[in-house]
Amino acid sequence: MNSAATPASADLINTGKEEQVSAEEQKWAEAKRYCYLITLIVPAILIFSGVMAIETQSGQWLWLLPVIVYIVVPIVDWVVGSDSFNPSEEEQEALKDDRYYVKILYAATAFQWIGLASMTCVMTQGDFSWFNILGAILSVGAMHAIGLTMSHELGHKVNDKAQVLVAQICSACSGYAHFNIEHNKGHHKDVATPEDPASSRMGETLYQFALRELPGAARRGWNLETSRLKRQKRSAFSIHNELLQTLAITVLAYGAMTYMFGWMALPFLLITAAYGWFQLTLANYLEHYGLLRQTLENGRFERCQPHHSWNNNFKASNLFTLHLQRHSDHHAHPTRPYQLLRDYQEAPTLPQGYPGMMALAMIPPAWRLIMDPKVVDWAGGDMNKVNIDPAQRDEIFSKFHNPQQTTA
Amino acid sequence: MAAYQCPDCGYVYDEKVGCEREGYPAGTQWDDIPEEFPCPDCFVREKPDFEILEGGK
Repeated sequence: MNSAATPASADLINTGKEEQVSAEEQKWAEAKRYCYLITLIVPAILIFSGVMAIETQSGQWLWLLPVIVYIVVPIVDWVVGSDSFNPSEEEQEALKDDRYYVKILYAATAFQWIGLASMTCVMTQGDFSWFNILGAILSVGAMHAIGLTMSHELGHKVNDKAQVLVAQICSACSGYAHFNIEHNKGHHKDVATPEDPASSRMGETLYQFALRELPGAARRGWNLETSRLKRQKRSAFSIHNELLQTLAITVLAYGAMTYMFGWMALPFLLITAAYGWFQLTLANYLEHYGLLRQTLENGRFERCQPHHSWNNNFKASNLFTLHLQRHSDHHAHPTRPYQLLRDYQEAPTLPQGYPGMMALAMIPPAWRLIMDPKVVDWAGGDMNKVNIDPAQRDEIFSKFHNPQQTTA
Repeated sequence: MAAYQCPDCGYVYDEKVGCEREGYPAGTQWDDIPEEFPCPDCFVREKPDFEILEGGK
């Protein structure tokens, strides 16, 4: 492994945290180890809800997982509050090589596939109302969202072949073949610049962003993989094409499920997969909204720093997203395993966890009402420092541009 | 033969080893690596950011 897991001491000071850790925080840090089993529990709940729906002939069970993810988690976030714990240097040393955290994700990947197959079986064998079918779609979609978070975590460990392979199997579950390639080599390289289809611009609604991000990311993933193969003097359609390898797993598995459970399985699989992708789009929308890396004198963008990502530190949603909400640290050191990610007090902060912010993003005027002033504040009123939707540049400048208000 | 290190994650590009998975075979000189080459581990820093390793020669 490389040294990314061991942060420089300067970085730790940058987190702005006090050295002392209270007894309560220490207890939480120990409990957290087991709380991460949540990634296993999500597909288990999905399987349970399907079994109960069949056993009791009551389709309302199919709403169990969406209710937990979209209602219970934000409430728990609100009640339990923030996670102030950052592991110390010695704790990080112990945590970084602890295989327990990776093994959870391996097991959860198997559970995801079992969950998908079981719910597809339930859908095709049972007789449910459209309302409850919607519940099942949202259930699988919510599971896919967690699955893509897992795949994201595994896919970053590019020098560990086992993790890369499981990342492919995990991405294949929701049919998002290009994700790992595109995300590492594209999004992380170009993040918070106008060149990145996966960084949202100020003024851009979620829906405009989705139309730019979904095809843009797929195209970039394909181009990155084919240029890698070209350098290796291999054909774009070679067996070494990792995008096609992942796609092949999806095609085979979805095909097998359609063969086993009947043709109605296919639309269900495709709709739930698309909903999974949309949730990834949602996450991308809120992670870097409006934030821009400045252009240096040599024409390159400045390096990605903690103030180029939106963060959130609520306990429950952080467990669900494998600390992805500690996004600044993730972008500063993408190969750092999830259990090590730290909170930067100075980094831009979202008012709610991802589930709540995703709900807000779906209502564009409400999103802009809350987030636009935060972006303006972040830029100190200088709109030249903001990643703005070009179509709305003049309007946004006339409304917000006021560099004199800079206090920094 | 020289070696260059990513200042973010510590990845080392060694000219002797190259970076096969990204399509740069063993022996590929640093000069022949494109300017926009990102670190093949973290993808956060690019070729101009890499630092030459002491004793790499």
